[in-house]
Amino acid sequence: MNRNVERAPQTLYASIRRASNDVFRLEVELTLSPGITILFGPSGAGKTTLLDCLAGLARPDSGRIVAAGTTLFDDEQRIAFPPQRRNCGYLFQTLALFPHMTARHNIEYGLAHLSKAERRSKSDVILRSFRIAELEDRRPPHISGGERQRVALARALVTDPRFLLLDEPLTALDAATKSRIVDDLREWNRSHGIPILYVTHDRSEAFALGERVVVLEAGRIIAEGTPQEVLDAPRRETVAQLAGFENVFDAAVTALHEHDGTMTCRLLPPQTVRSKAALEKFFVESGIGGEGRLPQSQAPTPQVTLEVPLTPAEVGEKLQVGIRAGDILISLERPTGLSARNLVAAEITTLRREGSTAIVDAVSVEDRDIPVKVHLTPRAVESLQLKIGDAIWLVLKTHSCHIMKA
Amino acid sequence: MDIRALALSLRLALIVSFALLALGLPLAYWLAFTRKKWKFLVEALVALPLVLPPTVLGFYLLVALGPRSPFGRWWLEMTGHTLAFTFEGLVIGSILYSFPFAVQPFAASFAAIDRKLLAASATLGASRFRTFIRIVLPLSLPGVITGFALAFAHTLGEFGVVLMIGGNIPGTTKTISIAIFDDVQAMDYAAANHAALLLLIISFVTLSIVYGLNRRSHFSTLGAGQ
Repeated sequence: MNRNVERAPQTLYASIRRASNDVFRLEVELTLSPGITILFGPSGAGKTTLLDCLAGLARPDSGRIVAAGTTLFDDEQRIAFPPQRRNCGYLFQTLALFPHMTARHNIEYGLAHLSKAERRSKSDVILRSFRIAELEDRRPPHISGGERQRVALARALVTDPRFLLLDEPLTALDAATKSRIVDDLREWNRSHGIPILYVTHDRSEAFALGERVVVLEAGRIIAEGTPQEVLDAPRRETVAQLAGFENVFDAAVTALHEHDGTMTCRLLPPQTVRSKAALEKFFVESGIGGEGRLPQSQAPTPQVTLEVPLTPAEVGEKLQVGIRAGDILISLERPTGLSARNLVAAEITTLRREGSTAIVDAVSVEDRDIPVKVHLTPRAVESLQLKIGDAIWLVLKTHSCHIMKA
Repeated sequence: MDIRALALSLRLALIVSFALLALGLPLAYWLAFTRKKWKFLVEALVALPLVLPPTVLGFYLLVALGPRSPFGRWWLEMTGHTLAFTFEGLVIGSILYSFPFAVQPFAASFAAIDRKLLAASATLGASRFRTFIRIVLPLSLPGVITGFALAFAHTLGEFGVVLMIGGNIPGTTKTISIAIFDDVQAMDYAAANHAALLLLIISFVTLSIVYGLNRRSHFSTLGAGQ
């Protein structure tokens, strides 16, 4: 406890604004404490740009970066350390090991300011802690996957960086190899205690590796906290996908049932379909399309409603409903005597298998613009003898429906 | 065969190729890594000797090296003689004439280097100069050797520029290619043949070494992945 008070806090604070072009704008503020923080987000969210700004490889338009008490960037004070002076460990997705140098020379590259003996002893230690001592004389092309990542990690950490950035360097590895490397990284960081920012777009990695998750979407942080906190309260679609909601529906609240703790929602067709309808409307109203050239919407308006858990919402409010594909039951006949409150008549559009999961895509019979994804076991598909075009009933428990405010 | 002319040609070619290492590597580095929008103008300028007739380059050089140009005047004041029709003048002319043969392979091999390696080097604290010496140069060695050898072979074989700015002074500006021309003019076909054959062999051997080296380095990177 006392040690922490004495030492400069090993935190990384960054407030960064950077417009890459007219469309994309990175605007984040985050504080990283020692330990692994997962930076999760879809591709194009600005993850690598954020890392490059922290490392000094890209320049923010404005903001401030402070690492372990040292200001690395501050546009107001006109401070902008070049990457050489930031002392940041950066692992690229491609690792960027120097192909013409042995593992040991790669590792000692960042120690040029030390004497030969000091370089040697430091690289000896890190070679051992990452279990790659036997590779010291090999060049990267002759080192196997998994071990290459260890060499790159050792090279980044041997300089005792102020913080470590990992840009999906372990994506190519199998889960077991990956977790062994991360264990060794954690072990190393037990005695060093630096902030580590680990970028991934893989949700299982996000779950397994981090003490903390930061979710980045379109250049902004939309959620942060422990993995459990972020996943328990998914509010946005990115978080929903992170939590494994294969089905995310736009919906409108039609009725509140306070005494039951539920409310009724009408599902709306997905955005793209709606904009197609808007386009048709535009064509018809502007007279460009002419009468009858575009199909008119059928009356009456199709309706699919769900009974979902009550949340503080008004009637008419738009929100999103997330449902895991594995939480939906399929019945061949309209089930009776069932506790589940939601039954949706549907038709199977595709059937396929991925590993040990059978994936059924269906559309609601009431509104064919609403697609539903269901995961079953292959044996369930077999025993029900499901085929494309079959009419089925989807059974959904109220508490399998997770409400997200848009 | 004119041994003095051959020796002169080899001396000229060696000096020019080393000078192009010194001048061409920094320029190629700039060309490969700059983000300046007017870079294409410099690229076009460097490539000019590829398409210009040697007589055009030679003519302007003659003007520039002569006592009426500022540079020529400065040289005259410094050394007491003009540059035209001297070995030094020949070196300057040959450097310009062989520029693209050195700079283009240099720049191409620099540009082919994975930028992430340079970024990694920077985050590991290495200055640009150290990155150049430790990463860029070793990884583009085949391209550097190619540029050096092409500049050497090209200078060895040049004729038009040498004739324009060097004149034909034995021991000073009479290179082997000029000697061959003289031999043919004098209808001494045997001497012309010997010199021509020797030049052919030297050029072929030089180029073979270059392509042989490139093949080996290519092979070693490819084979390494297996």
